[in-house]
Amino acid sequence: MSDPVPLTTDHPVRVASATPPAPGRSRRLSDRWLAVAFISPALLLLLAMSVFPLLWALYLSFTDYSATRGGPAHFIWFGNYTAILASAQVHLRALTTLIYVVGAVSLQIVLGFTIAYLISRRTHGRGLLTTLFLVPMMLSPVVVGLFWRFMLDAQFGVINSMFGSLGLGQVEWLTRQRTALFSLIVVDTWQWTPFIMLIALAGLTAVPKYLYEAAAIDRASEWFRFRTITLPLVWPLLLIAVLFRAIEAFRLFDLVYILTSGGPGVSTETLSFHVYKVAFLGFNTGTASAYGILMVLVVIVLTQLYLRYLNKLKED
Amino acid sequence: MAVSVDEAASTGPVRDHTPPARRLGGRGRSVLEVALLTVLAVVMLFPVLWMIETSIKENRDVYAIPAKFFDFKVTLDHFKDVFAASGGGRSTLSVSFLNSVVVAGVSTVLATVLGVPAAWAYSRFSVKAKKDQLFFILSTRFMPPVVVVIPIFLMYRQAGLIDTKLGLILIYAAFNVPFTIWMMKGFVDEVPAEYEDAAMLDGYTRLQAFWRFTLPLLLPGIAATAVFALIFSWNEFVFAIFLTSSDNVRTAPPAIAGLIGGTTVDWGLVAAASVVFALPVLVFAYLVRKHLIAGVTLGAVRR
Repeated sequence: MSDPVPLTTDHPVRVASATPPAPGRSRRLSDRWLAVAFISPALLLLLAMSVFPLLWALYLSFTDYSATRGGPAHFIWFGNYTAILASAQVHLRALTTLIYVVGAVSLQIVLGFTIAYLISRRTHGRGLLTTLFLVPMMLSPVVVGLFWRFMLDAQFGVINSMFGSLGLGQVEWLTRQRTALFSLIVVDTWQWTPFIMLIALAGLTAVPKYLYEAAAIDRASEWFRFRTITLPLVWPLLLIAVLFRAIEAFRLFDLVYILTSGGPGVSTETLSFHVYKVAFLGFNTGTASAYGILMVLVVIVLTQLYLRYLNKLKED
Repeated sequence: MAVSVDEAASTGPVRDHTPPARRLGGRGRSVLEVALLTVLAVVMLFPVLWMIETSIKENRDVYAIPAKFFDFKVTLDHFKDVFAASGGGRSTLSVSFLNSVVVAGVSTVLATVLGVPAAWAYSRFSVKAKKDQLFFILSTRFMPPVVVVIPIFLMYRQAGLIDTKLGLILIYAAFNVPFTIWMMKGFVDEVPAEYEDAAMLDGYTRLQAFWRFTLPLLLPGIAATAVFALIFSWNEFVFAIFLTSSDNVRTAPPAIAGLIGGTTVDWGLVAAASVVFALPVLVFAYLVRKHLIAGVTLGAVRR
């Protein structure tokens, strides 16, 4: 390959505008080859590690295959699906998951937005404050789960210790039906409030100041300004964050596994955790696959919503 | 056409600081706001501080009732236990940390090598159904890991990849490629395509133009993207616990989680291991703080 002296690389833009390139047929062809060569390895990996497994799960979901029993799989068509959709156990898990997702995400919005709003009104130390608030989000769910498990321990946990010194009774955070799900929501909220905060803060700092100034001239009340300026401008971005969190919360597994293992009883068993139990403790691979495919369908719907809003936000 | 989200409200420049003259509700309100913010900051940071404190407490003080906040004896024994086995030699935890370094490192390199060229191609060329392809790529990242792991487990069992580092590396790379493509596409979009056109007028091929002119400009973006991929792989737990079992393959998250398996839990050791595990993540996250929004939304939202 000849390597001419690049005379004009210091100001490439000027050259380009002086003599616009006229791409010939051969160049476009080579561009297409280049695109294929550059994109296909990544796509192949995704096909092998994401799409193919899902298709396999789809196939298994129509059979009574069991990973331990071995032997040939028998087609039972929609047997697994009807069994799952009719199962009272699954309905209970769906309810638990719904409570968890709605509870955690709404707490995160309220707290995250509040913190972001308070930070955005500060003039000094904003960078430091933001950095400090972001710490929980970067930790592994394993670390978070283990640590909260220690803090929430009924006997020597620090939370109960504080309750004790305040004269309050001891609470069995993780071992009582009612409080266990609540504790799970609290821990998830602790970890992911920074996420909402970060995005809300980005939205808040992008609101043009002159809008507030104009409103101030009109003597608009603070609440009016918040409702008519701040919220409409931040909401689209916040919605993206909310949907993102909802998807993550829906597929949550690790925190449940570490914190409560689904217990006590089945009070904190989310759908993800139940799929795991059916697949890896019950070894009903076929049923678990159908269960998983149904979860994937929910995720796809949520993801479509997410992507649609993302697209809309981009176009505005 | 950029698929990534630019400024939500691109009218007007972003102001980084509020003019100090702006006093909306007077001093009382300001004090109240600062107080509220302080309380929230304490609540958010307390678990982290408690974890650090527990990791340097003597066992007696770890289990003290009521909890000791200040007057405890400082010891580094727990940290020693993280790295050294009781009978001498390396502990299983330290082996798992090494495994984590290898798995996270190699999978990140793989995801970067596959993702960056793809991101460039998506940014520069007109690809058929580009938007659909990009959306499809991102949506693979949203699949519930517990569901994906069932067929992956069967696949790996057939291929002999169960309980191997290679198996983990492959799945982590696949898990980071969508993120890398989305994140990097944003960075590539910021580099004018005219640079390459100009280079090509000078006689370079398209590939050379990419390699010699665009890629150097992308390096900071690649570094930031790789750091996020590294953090994701480092923190990952679900695939690790289902696809590996032996001590010399297992990464740190399942190894640390394994510490609470027995009847008695050495919380000092758990805390020390958690601190050692979390510290590099926090350092790395601090390095890429500018790109945090793009990073945590998988490259979908950019500022």
